Amino acid sequence: MPDYTLKIRRSDPARGVAAHWEAHTVTLRERASVLDAILELKGERDGSIGIRCSCQQGICGSCGVRINGRPGLACNTHLEEAAARRPAWGTAGGTDAGTPDDRDRSIVNGNLIEVEPLGNMPVIRDLIVDMDAVHWKKIRRITPWLLGAEPVPEREYIVAHDAMVDVTQSMACIQCGACVSDCLSMEVDPEFVGPAALAKAYRFVGDPRDAAQRERLHDLSHDPHGLYDCTHCFNCMDACPKGVAPVSQIMRLRRIAGSDHTIVDPNNGYRHEHAFVRNIRRNGLLHEADLLPDSYGGKLHPRAIPELISSLPTVLTALLRGKVTPAKALGHPHKAPAAVRRLFDVIGAREQRIELNLYVAGIEDEPLRAPRTDEPTPLHLHPPEEADA
Amino acid sequence: MSAVPSHDVLIIGAGLAGQRAALAAAGTGATVGIVSKVHPVRSHSVAAAGGINAALNPDDTWESHAYDTIKGSDYLGDQDAIEIMCRAAPEEILWLEHAGVTFHRDHTGHLGTRAFGGASAARTYYVADITGQAILHVLYEQLMKHHEQLARYEEWFTTDLLQDDEGRCVGAVCRNLRDGRLEVFNAKSTILACGGAGQVYEPTTNGLIVTGDGIAQAYRLGARLMDMEMVQYHPTCLAGNGILITEGARGEGAWLLNAKGERFMERYAPNKLELASRDVVSRAEQTEINEGRGFPDGTVALDITKVPRQRTLEALREIVNIGRDFAGVDITREPIRIRPGQHYVMGGVKTDADGRTTIPGLYAAGEVACVSVHGGNRLGANSLLDTLIFGRRAGEHAASLQRQIPMPKTPAARALETERRIAAIIARDKRPGYRRVAQIKAELGASMNEHVAVFRDAAGLQTAHETIRRLKQEEPRAAIDDSGSVFNQDVIAAIELGYMLDVAEAIVVAAKERKESRGAQFRTDFPKRNDEDWLKHVDISRNGDATPNVSYSPVTITRWQPQERTY
Ligand SMILES: Cc1cc2nc3c(=O)[nH]c(=O)nc-3n(C[C@H](O)[C@H](O)[C@H](O)COP(=O)(O)OP(=O)(O)OC[C@H]3O[C@@H](n4cnc5c(N)ncnc54)[C@H](O)[C@@H]3O)c2cc1C
Ligand code: SF4
Ligand code: SF4
Ligand code: FES
Repeated sequence: MPDYTLKIRRSDPARGVAAHWEAHTVTLRERASVLDAILELKGERDGSIGIRCSCQQGICGSCGVRINGRPGLACNTHLEEAAARRPAWGTAGGTDAGTPDDRDRSIVNGNLIEVEPLGNMPVIRDLIVDMDAVHWKKIRRITPWLLGAEPVPEREYIVAHDAMVDVTQSMACIQCGACVSDCLSMEVDPEFVGPAALAKAYRFVGDPRDAAQRERLHDLSHDPHGLYDCTHCFNCMDACPKGVAPVSQIMRLRRIAGSDHTIVDPNNGYRHEHAFVRNIRRNGLLHEADLLPDSYGGKLHPRAIPELISSLPTVLTALLRGKVTPAKALGHPHKAPAAVRRLFDVIGAREQRIELNLYVAGIEDEPLRAPRTDEPTPLHLHPPEEADA
Repeated sequence: MSAVPSHDVLIIGAGLAGQRAALAAAGTGATVGIVSKVHPVRSHSVAAAGGINAALNPDDTWESHAYDTIKGSDYLGDQDAIEIMCRAAPEEILWLEHAGVTFHRDHTGHLGTRAFGGASAARTYYVADITGQAILHVLYEQLMKHHEQLARYEEWFTTDLLQDDEGRCVGAVCRNLRDGRLEVFNAKSTILACGGAGQVYEPTTNGLIVTGDGIAQAYRLGARLMDMEMVQYHPTCLAGNGILITEGARGEGAWLLNAKGERFMERYAPNKLELASRDVVSRAEQTEINEGRGFPDGTVALDITKVPRQRTLEALREIVNIGRDFAGVDITREPIRIRPGQHYVMGGVKTDADGRTTIPGLYAAGEVACVSVHGGNRLGANSLLDTLIFGRRAGEHAASLQRQIPMPKTPAARALETERRIAAIIARDKRPGYRRVAQIKAELGASMNEHVAVFRDAAGLQTAHETIRRLKQEEPRAAIDDSGSVFNQDVIAAIELGYMLDVAEAIVVAAKERKESRGAQFRTDFPKRNDEDWLKHVDISRNGDATPNVSYSPVTITRWQPQERTY
């Protein structure tokens, strides 16, 4: 049975105990989880270690923690899998987790597992964070109940099978807070509604029984901390233990807001997204210098000027890093190949938008609908950080 | 929050039963407080996977549902209560659907069903294999919606129920886990919805919070418990940790195979095969294992590859995850090793069909209660139904009292007693040879799982009882490590241990008492069902000296006479 060094981030603010690491050695059977290890410690050595837990099977959502720098559930993260992760420091939401030197020393022994509370939420004690003050407050923000379409039918609402499976993906959220922990936007803007609550919003917006789709989207896109506050860092997608993929739900919300309801928001989200699409259609690849002015209706549009000035620092950094060169910015190095334009035409002409929902479509290695051979191969998209200049 | 919280109806527990009761009570205009030791969506109802039964299809009937339930109960279920439940089921499903539950649809867009064990029609409504979660989260949405009438006390632990001089239950003492503060809650009526007691066993499919608190609290107050010997072993649990593979897997077409690759259910239940009642399937598996036809690790195999892969990925997604995360098996490609494991307590606090216990002012609903609709053996997907139907009825009935009685005014000083008890637990010292709470709990769980399981006999039950009595002696000396007030989980675990020992003793005493085999109680020393002597409930109440007292109550039979039970 392998040995592990388990370092737990402990604190008890009420008793003036500041955050510190506490190391234990545990010996556990194969396939034991991080929660098994902590429960073993609690049971046999120190019952005062604070962690919420109940189901031990990844369904109650109690045991969200950060393990070697990544948020997740203690009960479905195996010790060997956790130890194989290199502890990462300086990531979003992390506490001050010791110096890199400390960590490097322990990494050497190979079986180090560091467990700390979720980020972006105040710590109550040890691994227990104040979910209510952050996570649940944001959930309550989105009017989290069905506003059923009238008249309420005598029997069930008739809903397409796929539509129900589609919302079941966001219904699968167990409210564990792992995504909230590492959301980069929330770190910068604590008021951001955030990944879990927006995924929950999709659960209603995507539900054909809900009567308030437009109102919900109007509300969320007009909120400066709402729909367009996400910067597509994809941390929530990596964090989520239930495959909810909050960022995908956010994208769906935006598409429905923009394309179906043409909700033009004061946060410039709508214009930005449309400029993005136009930009790609024109250039084939993203032409960043055009993107910003496009978002405001052209280079010389009066609304563009203050925004251009405010983004000068970003532009300068981009110039310095060689991401944008004056030549690239002024000339038009790309012109969209015919294949790209054809793709836009084909997709644009479809009557229905096809959402890729793996809950509906199966899993990656076995698509339900085999790709049609007469369609061009899909575009390779930019990595998200780059795309969202 | 006011200084002394007072509510017309106080609900202890926020799983499906508690939340449904809260919504029903609030719906009548009563003021409601709902207390839960964990955030409501962490309640163990969240783990229910397979679905919920109702005869809602036009070609199905409530009578058929009732008959299946009665037969499943091995005729120990009370038929009047079962009729109420099965008649009300269709309406409840529609209520849930309208509130937002994302029930599975068929290709016409109507509600679709899956098959479940012991049922003569496919009448189980479901949301993939997260049915409990989907319903629990939707009820919680409704609690948030109605927050003005409904005060939520999330992460508050109830330590004691309160009684006035006339013996009426007038509220409870609860501890706020966040700061350790104790509070007296006044209530005109109190509904226990604390769930089951699976942690009395190890392993179990139940979460760590399922420690029988409500059963023990009611018992200590003098309420009667009923059918406590009836403990369900679910046929398909993972070997090491007891995690459940939903019956939905067999409902979708999975097979059970022994180590020789035989579909052994053909021998035990030639008609219903894998979809016989749970007691029948668990006994069959255990027999295969005991007679050497299992795998060396004491398991048999569940072959889900019989279900089309696409269907598994859509409808059994959660157990794909469970197989991968907890057994390292891709269930869509290979069989998974399983065995029977403790899952559910049919017994609990005896109530009538309105949730009333034998203590005035005290109600119970859900797994904590025993109406009894499950009798000797609960059918899969009937428990969620039970929690909702009887949760609603208890909520409505309890609320109807609000105009008739004044708000009790229990002095806040009543909490002092509890405070002293907690201080004493914290002050216990670690003398040489002291035992830790976790060790006592582990010994209890192992003993129950060895002697009070699928097959039982007098000698084994006696051994278990002696172990429990010894552990009861050791329990008051189990020292703890934490002396803090913020989230002191150590002190809570010590209190829960006391509850578990009380519940375990009630189970063993009832099992010793019933000298026949019926439903989940199979006595190798009395292997036959004996309707002449034992078509009755075993009730347990507490003697003055804290030992269990045994009595009986009749089984209500309306129109279905006991028959031989074959599947
Ligand atoms: C893995 C699994 C799968 C299942 N699948 C199905 C299924 O498919 N279909 C079906 O019909 N049934 C199923 N069941 C059974 C069913 O889920 C349960 O019987 C039912 O959900 C119990 O609900 P409840 O409301 O009575 O209790 P719970 O949901 O357990 O809630 C108990 C509540 O009481 C609170 N509580 C307890 N003690 C205290 C205290 N001292 N102070 C304050 N609060 C307290 C808890 O915090 C919690 O809120 C399954 C059970 C398991 C374990
Ligand atoms: S993708 Fe958006 S919502 Fe998700 S973590 Fe990043 S910023 Fe937050
Ligand atoms: S979206 Fe995923 S990570 Fe976020 S709270 Fe829900 S289950 Fe947890
Ligand atoms: S203990 Fe329930 S999700 Fe980990």
